Amino acid sequence: MSHHIVEVDDLHYTYPDGTVGLKGVSFRITHGESVALVGENGAGKSTLLLHLNGYLTACRGTIRIGDYPLNKTNLQAVRRSVGMVFQNPDDQLFMPTVFDDVAFGPLNLGFSQDEVERKVTEALKTVGVVHLRKRPPYKLSQGEKRSVSIATVLAMSPDILVMDEPTSSLDPQSRRRLIELLKTFRHSKIIATHDLDMAMDLCERTIVIHQGKVVADGAAHTIFQDENLLCSSGLEKPLRMQNCPVCKAVKRA
Amino acid sequence: MSSVISQRCSSDFFMNNIGKDAFDIGYMDTLAAGDSLLHRLDPRAKLITTLVFIVTVISFDKYALSAMTPFFIYPIVLISFGRLPYRYILKKVLLVSPFAILVGIFNPLMDREILIHLGSIGISGGWFSFISIILRFIFTVTAALILISLTGFNAVCAALMKFGLPRPFVVQLLFFYRYIFVLTDESERMVRASSFRAPNSKIIAFSTFVSLAGNLLLRTFDRAERIYRAMCCRGFDGHIRIMRPMKAGYQEIIFTLGWALLFILLRCSNVPLKLGTLITGYLR
Repeated sequence: MSHHIVEVDDLHYTYPDGTVGLKGVSFRITHGESVALVGENGAGKSTLLLHLNGYLTACRGTIRIGDYPLNKTNLQAVRRSVGMVFQNPDDQLFMPTVFDDVAFGPLNLGFSQDEVERKVTEALKTVGVVHLRKRPPYKLSQGEKRSVSIATVLAMSPDILVMDEPTSSLDPQSRRRLIELLKTFRHSKIIATHDLDMAMDLCERTIVIHQGKVVADGAAHTIFQDENLLCSSGLEKPLRMQNCPVCKAVKRA
Repeated sequence: MSSVISQRCSSDFFMNNIGKDAFDIGYMDTLAAGDSLLHRLDPRAKLITTLVFIVTVISFDKYALSAMTPFFIYPIVLISFGRLPYRYILKKVLLVSPFAILVGIFNPLMDREILIHLGSIGISGGWFSFISIILRFIFTVTAALILISLTGFNAVCAALMKFGLPRPFVVQLLFFYRYIFVLTDESERMVRASSFRAPNSKIIAFSTFVSLAGNLLLRTFDRAERIYRAMCCRGFDGHIRIMRPMKAGYQEIIFTLGWALLFILLRCSNVPLKLGTLITGYLR
């Protein structure tokens, strides 16, 4: 199952206005891994994500998604296997109804109407929003919008899920539900986030990006303990690891 | 202090009202989700009937008044059988009526030829054509609102597509409808933010308005780019495919033909005039 692999090698990107986005990013994510991509605002997380499905083309360096190197010929195949969930659901849900929106991808992939119908229902069922299928997206709550956004991506049966700030602007319970939902997915996951508590729940591995470079790549619980590293990257410990009575007691001793 | 607060409250109240009244077109979707015989009809049947209605109403002579009045039957029947709220439709018609008034307001000044005398008062052709314009406006706008309230904007667009209207045009309409809510939300937030920082002025200064509008345009570009990105991610290749099965049966045929025949009949013969002559003849 090599098609769930993401391999990024020495990626450089400079925006047309001269802003440097990435300065040599390299990592390899294997089948079924969940990886949190963390870093301060403007560190280059979103720029990196936009490279993963070929929306931005690197100035230097290569990306391999599964068996394909990412280039113009493979673009469609790569976009099919990398499902991207954007930060703002209003950008992602552009069709008149929830059903049309979820059906957009499968219809573009050329599935028959019956198959599209089945895939849409399946995707909506997975995220638990079948009852919303006829509703227009603008009338949904933020949490519902997020679920539908995920369904739109699931309907294309991707191998890899890429998410930008999936828990932003969700209330605590919607956030919790989303985390539980994402836990059930077997896809490889790359999640760019500032919500380090969610990262701890979902991802066994964390990549820290700072000023367009990877400054740390390793087990989430080790990285989140490293206060110096977090501090220099504009982050802080996950809330649940702050003021922990156990840690405090260890320090005092 | 309290006056500032009350002023703020009132201006906020005012803005919210504008937002709700002017842009509450989303309510038509709620209405369209209703379940009456008229709701269940194929969108194409309702679309054609509405078009025939509008074309026949528009095709009347510019002084026509009495001949047009029987056309009231169409909106009234549809609103009643579709169980639509009269007041809501009326409000929406009133909201856009300034445009029609603007179009016709100069007619009484330009066209002063007296057409009929009511006692000693002469009524000029300008007044006739003015009222005729208003009447046409009420009919056509009501018919369009009823169509959307009974069918839903998206189904109307799907019907247009089935009738072979160019795809890019329909897609533009769909996107317009999808994002008008986001756009009004965004502009409402911007106006609110600016008025909170200018509590003493009741209206937005022109210079502020210009920068708000410019800002909104730039945000729109940004959003368009993000939406395009999202579309690309899901295999967009320049074609928007919409799955909307439609089925027309004998109900649709009866509905469309029945109304169309009635409209043509009412257009070709002045029924109120004939009725009037009949009654006055009988009375004599």
